[in-house]
Amino acid sequence: MAYSDKVRNMYQEQLEELKEKGLFKEERFIHSSQAADIEVEFPRGSSTKKVINMCANNYLGLSSHPDVIKAAHDGLDSRGYGMSSVRFICGTQDIHNELENKVTEFLGTEDTILFPSCMDANAGVFEAILNEEDIMISDRLVHASIIDGIRLCGAMHDTFKHSNMKHLESKLQLHSDKRLKVVITDGVFSMDGDTAKLDEMAELCEKYDAMLFVDDSHASGFIGKTGRGTHEKYDVMGKIDIITTTFGKALGGASGGCVSGRKELVEMCRQKARPYLFSNTIAPVVVSGVLEVLDSLTASTERRDKLEKNTEFWRNGLEEAGFVLKKGDTPIVPVMLFNAKLAQEFSKELFDEGIYAIGFFFPVVPQGQARIRTQISAGHEMHHLEKALNAFIKVGKKHNILGKSKQEIIDMFGL
Amino acid sequence: MEDMKDVVLNYVIEEYLEDEDEEITYDTPLISGGIVDSFSMVSLKRFLENKYKISIPDEKASPEAFDNVNSIVKVVKEYV
Repeated sequence: MAYSDKVRNMYQEQLEELKEKGLFKEERFIHSSQAADIEVEFPRGSSTKKVINMCANNYLGLSSHPDVIKAAHDGLDSRGYGMSSVRFICGTQDIHNELENKVTEFLGTEDTILFPSCMDANAGVFEAILNEEDIMISDRLVHASIIDGIRLCGAMHDTFKHSNMKHLESKLQLHSDKRLKVVITDGVFSMDGDTAKLDEMAELCEKYDAMLFVDDSHASGFIGKTGRGTHEKYDVMGKIDIITTTFGKALGGASGGCVSGRKELVEMCRQKARPYLFSNTIAPVVVSGVLEVLDSLTASTERRDKLEKNTEFWRNGLEEAGFVLKKGDTPIVPVMLFNAKLAQEFSKELFDEGIYAIGFFFPVVPQGQARIRTQISAGHEMHHLEKALNAFIKVGKKHNILGKSKQEIIDMFGL
Repeated sequence: MEDMKDVVLNYVIEEYLEDEDEEITYDTPLISGGIVDSFSMVSLKRFLENKYKISIPDEKASPEAFDNVNSIVKVVKEYV
């Protein structure tokens, strides 16, 4: 047996080390559908507790919407459960093609290709369209899946300081001799909730002959007047060369992702992107659900409008209560606590008050920037938000941080 | 002519330090110390190549050789 005691012990030590450093992740089991009200088993083995979910990517509250569930049921009945094949052998149905066309129309691009997840889209896209003669210039806070995609690609890679356009311009100048240049950013940054300055970036890309890549996973469906994404917010629809996004967040929340953009780039992915070539695509039941989601979002902006109002109420409420927040206008509202232990305790005490919101600390966010990341949903009703706000105020008062500045909180708890 | 050590040090400060109060010296471990990630090293290499009109082979620009200002200068001087 190759898995000797020595090997087992080595892994056990590594896992122990993670626990000692406070980096060991544990799942909390939810015994209900994903929604604003959920039933959670935590700690493991305890009886379930009804709590308000303040940390899901369920921005539009569609994860368990009856219309989406019905569409998924219909899809299951008419197109079956699985494909048992990758796309280019016998794993493509008419509804996969239909969804690609609908996403193209929704995002205002030229063409779209589905991937099993946005993680896969990001992992596959760069290798499919770039080679050693090219350069990828990414914002320093892009999502981990983009970093993985960059690592898998042979092109040179450089970074620019987060949202710093002057620094980006200097990098475009430094690498002006490269065959192709791609500027890479998230549309909405998931940890801070800020948005990329896509108007300025598109202008710089035009000036220096670079392509622009945006991962809009935390934006598709609700950012912009009609929810098309960050490119709509900054009035640069049609100017983004590659958009990747997910169906695992606002757009139904199940799974799946895509690359959408210039038709030749999409076609290159169809020919060469490894996660597309060597993995089954999105299951028919999920495709059917996403089709319904896109139809309903095209027909009405009601849900994204409600999300905007909810976000405004939540952000104003926390600000008036005296919390330190990260500035922004997206439904990602980070409540800054700076100290990792305080963030962990705060999260636990919120849970005791019936509020589910997770603490984030190093290495997920930089050292000394621990926080509770709250995420607002159109599935939240006013009574959810009021109850959550009261719980935050109660726990905030207990730790005496309301009305305190960043420096005062750091002086009280350390970094 | 500006000392090469200071050219490199100033570039690292300007390029990589996010916190203005952070101080580094010629010996501060940059990559192993988490100040420069190995991804971002490429801009330092290209900056030096452009400034001194040299070409540094990729194998010479290893994370170990580029780990502090003193050792970076040592590599660059081989090609100037």
